[in-house]
Amino acid sequence: MPKINAVTCPVCGCLCDDIELTVADNVVQQVKNGCAMCEAKFFSHNNDHRLKTPLIRKDGTLVPTTYDEAIKKSAEILAKANYPILYGWSSTDCEAQRVGVELAEEVGGVLDNTAVVCHGPSILSVQEVGIPTCTLGQIRHRADLLIYWGCNPWSAHPRHLERYTAFTDGRFEGSEWKSYINKVKAAAGRKKIRSLERKGVLKHKLEHPAPSVSDNKPPEILKKKGRKLIVVDVRKSMTAEMADYFLQVKPGKDYELIQTIRALVRDQELDVDEVAGVPVEYLQQLVDAMITAEFGAVFFGMGLTQSAGKFRNIDVAISLIRDLNMRTKFAILPMRGHFNVTGANTVFTWQSGYPYAVDFSLGYPRYNPGETTVVDILQREESDAGLVIASDPASNFPRKAVEHLVKNPLIVIDPHMNATSLIGDIVFPSEIVGIEKEGTAYRMDHVPLPLKKVVDPPKGLLSDEEILRRILKEVRKIKLKKMVVA
Amino acid sequence: MVQEKLNLILLTGRTIEQGVGKESGKGTKLYFDSTTMCYMDIIDMNKLGLRNNEHILVTTQEGSVVLRAVKHPRGAMPGMIYIPYGPWANAICSSETTSIGMPSFKGTPVEVKPAPDQPILTLEELLRKEFGR
Repeated sequence: MPKINAVTCPVCGCLCDDIELTVADNVVQQVKNGCAMCEAKFFSHNNDHRLKTPLIRKDGTLVPTTYDEAIKKSAEILAKANYPILYGWSSTDCEAQRVGVELAEEVGGVLDNTAVVCHGPSILSVQEVGIPTCTLGQIRHRADLLIYWGCNPWSAHPRHLERYTAFTDGRFEGSEWKSYINKVKAAAGRKKIRSLERKGVLKHKLEHPAPSVSDNKPPEILKKKGRKLIVVDVRKSMTAEMADYFLQVKPGKDYELIQTIRALVRDQELDVDEVAGVPVEYLQQLVDAMITAEFGAVFFGMGLTQSAGKFRNIDVAISLIRDLNMRTKFAILPMRGHFNVTGANTVFTWQSGYPYAVDFSLGYPRYNPGETTVVDILQREESDAGLVIASDPASNFPRKAVEHLVKNPLIVIDPHMNATSLIGDIVFPSEIVGIEKEGTAYRMDHVPLPLKKVVDPPKGLLSDEEILRRILKEVRKIKLKKMVVA
Repeated sequence: MVQEKLNLILLTGRTIEQGVGKESGKGTKLYFDSTTMCYMDIIDMNKLGLRNNEHILVTTQEGSVVLRAVKHPRGAMPGMIYIPYGPWANAICSSETTSIGMPSFKGTPVEVKPAPDQPILTLEELLRKEFGR
């Protein structure tokens, strides 16, 4: 069976480009090197949840229609609307995003991407304080202190540790994989002992207290040389389980914890013994490990952007890195979720000047997060039509926002059935970018990578880019007709 | 003594099962199972007299939803519940964006009650109940 090498995985912001696929009869048969999500995505091109034909809502139910009819109706809706929203964009290629900007400008709508409910606050902070960052390759080869703050790559970016950080063999820093395997073996041994105790095989039953909140005492390993992994989270995630040091912070207390660390990095005296549930003495040991590191990297996720403080949390995290760079070398990177959310921000920025929440209603791009962000527009009930592409806001927006999305005509473009396509008025099936269509995507560190086409799309299906181009063409036709009549 | 209800803090986030479920298809059983569960601390579960996989009713100012309580497998997280991202979690998440566009997906106060007789709604039932479609 033919094998295809060096395929880029279109799932998360890691964009792993070492996937090996076995394809036969136009179906992906085997996925090598990928994580569980990667495998699920490559197999999904052939499952029952694919949308096969365009659908249109008639008398309350979705019925099959043709692309031409659906495109005509969509163009009519968008051309007529005063303030449509065009949302999603993060799971498609830069080529489709580029047409999206053109369409948003043409219809005078609001163009927003999934960053708004993900790393939008990070973007706001970067605009305020800048960002000392680097590519993942540098981290892979040089970083000896890796800190994951408020993120759980084991679940959301499963190969991040293996490809770019603690478990990878870099040129100057080795992999800590073996020490992790030893930890897993020890845990398996403990489990076995407990099982033998339950069965009554072991005579002396040991005491097993119920799990308690981490005492946050830094282990001796932090003082040693070599790669170290630190996880800061409110609960013990799988990534925290792997870490050399897990710092359990109280929910919503990240801001004060980071500010305390900043004060300690700047050698300031503190008049408290404990901050956010962590003794200052322990924080001092953490700071010592940070300062003595040769090159540290901090990755942050939704734990900072979605909890109290939001963009202020990122402000202080970036400021901490700035402070640390006075003593040693540090970099900070957001853990971007969708495979091309970074691309969406990049494309929107070249085209309009702004990375997300771009409002074209006045004829020129305007950006004011809080006003022009989609969740706020929906909650203020201002939009009068919606186009959702390559995302699922019905699953991922708060209920109040989705309520208004449903009240108005809703156009959905997606390869699969999801909650948004179930509530849409016009639903377009599309080719899966990175499996059935080639394109470009940006990795979380802003490195553009090519996506491959590995199988042919189902007959008759169009790509996101083509659907958008046809809608745009139709919108222009309607507008020209109106002008001629006027 | 078993309590009737508890006031806790809601966190939403990712799990690998939810990740695999969303990539396989939002209509799959894996996606349903992984997004209609709710991690709780064993101490909180004992307070409500809950056993693994028993149903609970989680209520916030935004609404309420029936979910399956599952013991958090690692460490302790007293006072918190953790629901993987999905339509069920978002039916009760706070929509407060604090004027920067980002809803408060983490840190919403919730009330948790055992609900042994109430069923978990399917995706279609939930959409019909919430949005009439």
